[in-house]
Amino acid sequence: MTDLAQLLVAGISSGCVYALVALGFVLIYKATETVNFAQGDLMMLGAFFALTASVMLGWPYWATIVFAVAVMAVIGMAVERLVIRPVLGQPAFTVVMITIGIGYVMRGVVTMVPGWGTETYQIPTPFAEAVLPVGGVILPVQQLAVIAMTAALCAALYLFFRFTRIGVAMQATSQNQLAAYYMGIPVRRINMMIWGLSAGVAAFAGILLAPVTFVHSNMGFIGLKAFPAAVVGGFGSVPGAIVGGLIIGVVEALAGYYLPEGFKDVAAYVVVLLVLMVRPSGIFGETMRKKV
Amino acid sequence: MRFLFKTTYEQDLRLFQHGGQVFWYGLLAAALATAPLWAGEYLMTQLVFIAIYSIVGFGLMMLTGFTGQVSLGHAAFLAVGAYAEALLAARGVPVFVSIPAAALLAAAVGVIVGLPALRLKGIYLAIATLAFNVIVEEIAARWESVTNGNAGMPVAPVKLFGRELEGDGGFYYLCLLAAVLACLACVNLLRSPTGRAFVAIRDSEVSASSMGVNLAKYKTISFAFSAALTGVAGALYAHKVGFISPEQFSLLVSIELITIVILGGVGFLHGAVLGAAFVIVLPQLLSIAKDWLPEGMAASGLQAVVFGIILVLVIIFEPMGLYGRWLKIRTWFELFPFYRRGMFRRQRSYLKTERLR
Repeated sequence: MTDLAQLLVAGISSGCVYALVALGFVLIYKATETVNFAQGDLMMLGAFFALTASVMLGWPYWATIVFAVAVMAVIGMAVERLVIRPVLGQPAFTVVMITIGIGYVMRGVVTMVPGWGTETYQIPTPFAEAVLPVGGVILPVQQLAVIAMTAALCAALYLFFRFTRIGVAMQATSQNQLAAYYMGIPVRRINMMIWGLSAGVAAFAGILLAPVTFVHSNMGFIGLKAFPAAVVGGFGSVPGAIVGGLIIGVVEALAGYYLPEGFKDVAAYVVVLLVLMVRPSGIFGETMRKKV
Repeated sequence: MRFLFKTTYEQDLRLFQHGGQVFWYGLLAAALATAPLWAGEYLMTQLVFIAIYSIVGFGLMMLTGFTGQVSLGHAAFLAVGAYAEALLAARGVPVFVSIPAAALLAAAVGVIVGLPALRLKGIYLAIATLAFNVIVEEIAARWESVTNGNAGMPVAPVKLFGRELEGDGGFYYLCLLAAVLACLACVNLLRSPTGRAFVAIRDSEVSASSMGVNLAKYKTISFAFSAALTGVAGALYAHKVGFISPEQFSLLVSIELITIVILGGVGFLHGAVLGAAFVIVLPQLLSIAKDWLPEGMAASGLQAVVFGIILVLVIIFEPMGLYGRWLKIRTWFELFPFYRRGMFRRQRSYLKTERLR
């Protein structure tokens, strides 16, 4: 029983990271119908900026988060403006390829920047190795902090989308671009902001992930596990991304403990195949029919 | 300038449309057939790899370029072909039996993957194939009694009529033969009703099915055919490399394979060859360029950066790929003073949506 509780907490905390990366996918997908394969690499880049602020400049943890998120938001907007906007309207997979290209560039650039390179780094966190015993179950504070911070971010995002002008405009844009445009919403600028938001969320995920996998140029590949998370939830559904991420995280933790070695790595993909067989557009996904 | 007046349907279906094509393809065939005479060992190795990647390119082009089904899992078919070939070759099965067997096995796996793909569209299909690739890689790593796990397994060199195909010549001709046959198979398939059905599915599933195209059947055929070609390429790859292990068939390889199609030009068989040549030649050029660059620049990430930038630039400025660029250059010369910039421009939609509107 204690094992199970610990596994669940561990699973939920890694699921939170998947959920945040998946959230980034979903935000961009809803807005521009582009699947951003560079999401994991945006996360990696965010973690490196956090590393710079935290280790090289010696800033406190919270300032580090703000710095990395802000820098990544700017980078996300720049990417949208320079690379994605010129190819809007081309076949979906072409645009996917371009994000794969962006991912390659980011992964390569990181190894070239002095002070970053190919080594593995650690970002110090205020939670370190502390544990919290709750009735016989020993819970690492690190994992609880990840869960709490994810919950806080989700709440903030909910408030943002629900109550701010820009948030509502973003919702409108992702529901129907043309109608939003007619209502006087600057669709292109909103799309750019969505990319910035998504990159910022990715940076946040990167910082949360940093104590688990450490910071290195290939940490972005975890983004490939966030894909199943986004798909399980239904690409294009924000709550779906969170639920999908948590499902993938928990299943992975349980598979790693109860099933033979090797199942942990493929658990996410087995789950996504099963879900897709039953529901071809994910749990929360709207069924799409093309009009002729 | 050449005007083609087609007066019969047979003329439209002919393999070579006009004498110029016969001449140029003949020249290319002659150059490739005599390659062992004029090319050095280094160049021969590159040619073999280009031939192998071209076969994958043909397979993927049929699936992605002509049927419109995206696959991010073709490295898995490559793995199936490679492992099948390695196991058969170790048991002394002759190559003319083992390569078709590898192709059949890959095709069977392709059908299995294709079945769920019938319900999936667009990005969901890409994710399903991606998941499939990861699972196959993991199986290859864990099924140690057959695949020898992560330690990898050696592959016996090709034996033909009791003689080992060593050195430059023999194996090169085998790969060349396979590539040419694959190309002819694709061209012929595309001239047939099956190929026309593929293209119809790519352009519009709804209109294809309302014209009587059985979507399930043709998508499965496309998956199987594509997987079979990739299986052949995997078998040849296994022999060429001589040692296979699961990480040679990772997701990154799948992405590299799909870039062959995108860089070459989606929807052109020529593009598969051009893309394959590009993907093979680029790392070689970069390793030469590295000697000229300053120390900090020549980091391990250089290849990724250059590759990524080229991918981005090609998609932004040349959506039709390398072959599209060649078509434009050729048209410019053919029409000499009359070429207009907008000739190849596609109608630009603000946003193509897959969603219900």
